[in-house]
Amino acid sequence: MTNAGFILGSYALTFGSIVIFAWRTVKVGKRLSADISDEDKPWL
Amino acid sequence: MTIDTPASTTASSVRGTSTPATRVLGVLSIAMTLWLGVFGLLLSPADRDQGDAVRIMYVHVPSVWLAYLAFIVTAFASAVHLFGRRHSLQADRVAGASAEIGVVFMAVTLVTGMLWGRITWGVYWQWDARLTTTALLFISYVGYLAVRGLEGSREQRARRSAIVGLLAVLEVPLVHWSVKLWRSLHQEATVLGTDLDVSLDGLMLFSLFVGVVAFTLLFLWLLLHRSRMLTMIDLSAESGLDTALAQRRAEGGASV
Amino acid sequence: MSSPSRLQVARVVFAKDVRIERRSKGLTSKIMPFAVVTIVLFAFALDGDVILQRTAPGLVWLAMLFSSMIIVQRSFALETADGALDALRVAGADMSAVFWGKCFALVIQLLVLELVLLAGAIVMYGIELRGSGVVLLVTSSISATCGLSAVSTIYAGLASGVRGRESLLPLLVLPVASPVLIGATRAAEAAFGTGGTVVSEGWPWLGVLSVFAVVFGFGGSLAFGPLIDD
Repeated sequence: MTNAGFILGSYALTFGSIVIFAWRTVKVGKRLSADISDEDKPWL
Repeated sequence: MTIDTPASTTASSVRGTSTPATRVLGVLSIAMTLWLGVFGLLLSPADRDQGDAVRIMYVHVPSVWLAYLAFIVTAFASAVHLFGRRHSLQADRVAGASAEIGVVFMAVTLVTGMLWGRITWGVYWQWDARLTTTALLFISYVGYLAVRGLEGSREQRARRSAIVGLLAVLEVPLVHWSVKLWRSLHQEATVLGTDLDVSLDGLMLFSLFVGVVAFTLLFLWLLLHRSRMLTMIDLSAESGLDTALAQRRAEGGASV
Repeated sequence: MSSPSRLQVARVVFAKDVRIERRSKGLTSKIMPFAVVTIVLFAFALDGDVILQRTAPGLVWLAMLFSSMIIVQRSFALETADGALDALRVAGADMSAVFWGKCFALVIQLLVLELVLLAGAIVMYGIELRGSGVVLLVTSSISATCGLSAVSTIYAGLASGVRGRESLLPLLVLPVASPVLIGATRAAEAAFGTGGTVVSEGWPWLGVLSVFAVVFGFGGSLAFGPLIDD
């Protein structure tokens, strides 16, 4: 594969950003969830 | 002897923002994304003109699709908040969550696009209408998020950001038109003739399709989690105030 | 007592803003010197007469854009300092009329500034205005100024009375105003004949600038009420 650094770099960047963003979203959600009663969560 | 742990006394579960539906969505989008990696990097052939650089397209195109989808959802949710009879705050949170997702993916799009441009055009950046509009849209939505961060009540925040979200919709066609007109007067400046419009063979088209499906599922998953998270941030800001007030009242009552 | 019409409200707000500006002399004592300094600094940065002649229209409009940020901040700092905007709202003034009044007061101030900057560029950058380009230059500058004022008034109204607005306003306005910068610069280049351009190349840009001004003019008059109203 020519330009492998550029190509793998863009895959790493894309998937890496997704994983970090998703991870942070879920983590903050878990942390906040502990302090809020279930009646206030319309999705449950 | 039994000890009551605080966790067992609260009425809250620690499940966070996930529900069975998001779990299914999450598993599906992970599977599709892995599949995208396999197709994009291994199974699909190199392009006749672009060589292996075309593989960047399989992540670049889906992420720009997701970013624009996110901004359409933001504009739509802003309109629902502004013109809906209930001025729903939930619509405002969906708009905010969607804009946050859009900004992340727009940044990814810009960087992967630059890497692709460096290989194909020889330069990272080209003042083409599509690139320039995307870059300005990115900055505008960073501004939108800054407006969401301004002080004020939740209703103020919702109304302000809804208007900014809708004004951005006016901005995009005007920016695109003006940059297009500008560049068409400077034809000699376009680097090479290569554009995104390559003839795609079956497997390439399929890889792109896998990418778009994977990222659409991913967007739904992120949007659900993120808007629930924003709901809880609003709630905890509110309950934080309530707890503080209750504590002050208790102190006042104790001292009397 | 009948409530004043929209036109009356707009006229009163406009006259008030222009009068305040004339008496406080903020434009002549602070903003014009700033703009002129910018013109001089560009000459230091882009050493060379040829480059300066080539880039003069763009430099004039960049200086305009940056100076306009200061003027807009001032125009709304006046309103929020004593809660004047809230008072207008409580008095039942039509907010879209207030928008038009403030917007046109801004147009007048920016046009004055533009004259100074253009004169500065003609003197210091050695560009020459052709007789055939005058109409294009005047019409494109007026429509660019209207568009820029409309956009700035909307976002300044949004950010007025909020902490941290000084840094927020350019972030909001400058990306949206980029078609104005592109259009006004290209039209001015055609009017001056920069780089061998002919006047007829500038007319499409007048179209872009006018559409921009109309779109954001109407967008602003619709959005301004809900933005200010809390």
